[in-house]
Amino acid sequence: MRRFSWFNATSLTLGFAFLYVPMIILIIYSFNASKLVTVWAGFSTKWYGELMQNEAFLDAAWVTIKVAVISSSIATVLGTMAAIVLVRAGRFHGRTLFSGMIYAPLVMPEVITGLSLLLLFIGIGMDRGIVTITLAHATFSMCYVSVVVSSRLISFDRSLEEAALDLGCSQFEAFRLVTLPIIAPAVISGWLLAFTLSLDDLVIASFTSGPSATTLPIKIYSAVRLGVSPEINALSTIMIAIVTFGVITASLVSKRNAVNRQREEQAAARMT
Amino acid sequence: MRRFFLIAIPYAWLTLLFLVPFFIVLKIALSDYALSIPPYTPKLDIGGSWMALKDFFAALDFENFVFLTTDDLYWKAYLSSLKIATISTLLTLAVGYPIAYAMAQAPDEWRPTLMMLIILPFWTSFLIRVYAWMGILSKEGFLNQFLLWTGIISEPLTIINTNTAVYIGIVYTYLPFMILPIYAALEKLDASLLEAAEDLGCSRFQAFWLVTIPLSKNGIIAGSFLVFIPALGEFVIPSLLGGSKTLMIGKILWEEFFSNRDWPVASAVAVVLLLILIIPIVLFQRNQQKQAEAEQ
Amino acid sequence: MAETVFAPWDDSNAKPLIQFKNVTKRFGEFTAIDDLSIDIFEQEFFALLGPSGCGKTTLMRLLAGFETPTSGEILLAGENIVPVPPNKRAVNMMFQSYALFPHLDITENIAFGLKRDKMPKPDIDARVEEMLALTRLTQFARRKPHQISGGQRQRVALARSLAKAPKLLLLDEPLGALDKKLRQDTQFELMDIQEKTGTTFVIVTHDQEEAMTVASRVAVMDEGRIVQVATPDAIYETPNSIYVADFIGDVNIFEGHASAAADGYDIAWGEGQKPLHAKTSVENLDGKQCYLAIRPEKVSISAQKPENVGNAVLGKIHDIAYLGNISTYYVGLPDGKIVKAQTANTRRISRRSFTWEDDVWLSWTDTAGVVLGR
Repeated sequence: MRRFSWFNATSLTLGFAFLYVPMIILIIYSFNASKLVTVWAGFSTKWYGELMQNEAFLDAAWVTIKVAVISSSIATVLGTMAAIVLVRAGRFHGRTLFSGMIYAPLVMPEVITGLSLLLLFIGIGMDRGIVTITLAHATFSMCYVSVVVSSRLISFDRSLEEAALDLGCSQFEAFRLVTLPIIAPAVISGWLLAFTLSLDDLVIASFTSGPSATTLPIKIYSAVRLGVSPEINALSTIMIAIVTFGVITASLVSKRNAVNRQREEQAAARMT
Repeated sequence: MRRFFLIAIPYAWLTLLFLVPFFIVLKIALSDYALSIPPYTPKLDIGGSWMALKDFFAALDFENFVFLTTDDLYWKAYLSSLKIATISTLLTLAVGYPIAYAMAQAPDEWRPTLMMLIILPFWTSFLIRVYAWMGILSKEGFLNQFLLWTGIISEPLTIINTNTAVYIGIVYTYLPFMILPIYAALEKLDASLLEAAEDLGCSRFQAFWLVTIPLSKNGIIAGSFLVFIPALGEFVIPSLLGGSKTLMIGKILWEEFFSNRDWPVASAVAVVLLLILIIPIVLFQRNQQKQAEAEQ
Repeated sequence: MAETVFAPWDDSNAKPLIQFKNVTKRFGEFTAIDDLSIDIFEQEFFALLGPSGCGKTTLMRLLAGFETPTSGEILLAGENIVPVPPNKRAVNMMFQSYALFPHLDITENIAFGLKRDKMPKPDIDARVEEMLALTRLTQFARRKPHQISGGQRQRVALARSLAKAPKLLLLDEPLGALDKKLRQDTQFELMDIQEKTGTTFVIVTHDQEEAMTVASRVAVMDEGRIVQVATPDAIYETPNSIYVADFIGDVNIFEGHASAAADGYDIAWGEGQKPLHAKTSVENLDGKQCYLAIRPEKVSISAQKPENVGNAVLGKIHDIAYLGNISTYYVGLPDGKIVKAQTANTRRISRRSFTWEDDVWLSWTDTAGVVLGR
């Protein structure tokens, strides 16, 4: 094996510095006592305190979480159905259009998706608010879910389902008792992806929200357009902390599972 | 019966919330601006008679598209979007390739951690990541302070509200999309191929150029499209980091819609943006398909 | 009283368990099963043998219900099962990949089919216990499939498919994933279990040794048809075609022209060679093209021309393959044809009688070969 060269080490160091230094600076300045973001005036957690007092932010956060939970759940159900259709249903009338509608939203600029949905909601006279944002988010994230789930379904061993049928399951039972539990990790990742996309989305939410509902990204956007503020830094820090915790936990759990599994398989191979 | 519902439910959902809205955009792009709510005519009454339908079609015209060609703001915005997306894609490739390469060369036990470090920013809010640069690039920002302190510059640089800031923003936010496909391609690369190349008389650099680069071509192409396509329609980055002179079509569309409230023109802009995007999307799709077939 | 030989296929009164009646299965342009008819009897261990793509797996999937025939009928105990879906058939299958449910443990895997039948819980437990004991898996009951070895997984798959006490068990290359040593042990275990449970087994395999070892009857398939169905020894000793003779074991084939002679034919085969004589009951070959198939172990090799032997040809040793238990001599005849002759190495230390380039006589009796028309 080749030695890990100084060139590679430099690329990695600089690359990860580029990715992480901005966020670290942001986090550090969220503990700055000064209102001026660029001048360090000592450690303080007062911006976190103020954030907790800020009703508008808390309301927006609550709306965002509600939208994200509901829309990602709808997206997971619809996206899983769509994945099954894509991988399993074979030929049917309009299949090309169907797969086109699954893949198009993945590459569609958000401004266009947002604009078109807004025009639809106005066209059918629907009041804009939590419901419209949720519908919009469910629509574009179901496409992401279906991509994640269908890639798992493609590698799924069909003989497992045949075995279930052979042992007396109906088609639906075979799916519920065998396929679903096995593809569950992909479905869960799909849900998490949909959830994050919904939490993150500014553009589509801006188009589809009304005066009655403001999400956190909309709130942040209108605040940061006026410039950098320590309160936003504090909010960002909290969000980064949650995500980091989640991702690290998930990767540790999956690593531990992989290691255990490998160990068990090795032990099994030694048995006769 | 079950199969019918399985297909029909997601099909109906997508038709109603994706396809139909898209035709509404097309329709409004062909309508006239009016001072009303919604601000355009003609409006289609679903219950309209045959004559109403005829009138409706008669009132449609390409005025808005003609308008896009007469006002050079739109021309410039389209061209400038293409330019910004192209340059930032190349920059992302230049930054991303060495990182992906180093990851693929790294010892096996580091790789999951490195992978997680690349994916982590992807899960954190896009808006926050762009926002982080606002504080760094501003006139009194961290970068200027640092450069002044080292003595490299004596006057603070103006970076924020320029195209440079937009490039930095795009490279920063889309870097994982470039790294991951290239890494996937490089990871599959058999190290003995390079040894074979060297054995046959290549220098290390030649081996890299003649073996590694061609074999990671698919990753490079996939990564480039994954950066180029969303960058073209980007709104948040030019809006927060770019200045008034930064012309990007996503930003124009937003302003046309929210500030000027000219829905027909906004829709026409959307239609043209989509037409421009179709070419790279189709190319990307072809490339992915070719790759999938090659792997079978 | 002597034990009766198990041979229901010779008994005209026996009722077959499975009957294929002119079954054809096409996939688009491709014909996988071509107008095939066959009877399989209760308690048989029936092997479908053939190269990949010969239709044996399709035949099995037709039985399991995963494919529907394009035409023809499949009867199970006299009843047409073509319209019956796989989950309602009294037929179970053991998959080539085993298809063990990775999210369920061994017990749950075995109980899976029983639960579908709404069997009461105590009965399920008892049946699972019984199956675990039968396949010697009791100590692994609570393990997941990835926590046991390949051979154990194979036994779980067997236990799971036997748990519902099917009338017919289908085994798709059941030993394909095991290494050679384990495969041999498992073959006997499989026969033992088949005998204990009295279930009818249909096994698909491309391994002729495996088919010969386990099966009561073997069906050799080629291009969607059954070429021959017979007991293993009949398949080996009296193949009905060159295809079968060549597919099962090693064989020398002489192509020639038949003319009727005492109890059989004289076969003129080579320029300047004495015709070969073979005794046979095959009729209607007089004056026709024919083939004589002889197994290498039935060909003797000697330095002098042997006396009182039906057939003898002179050749030169071209190559020798020492395989431990036996040696195979590759002998070149004057016209360039290579004939294989096998001798058993019955002594540990003995000087090899022949070596390369030796002139030797190959000989065999009148009944050693099989005369074939095709």
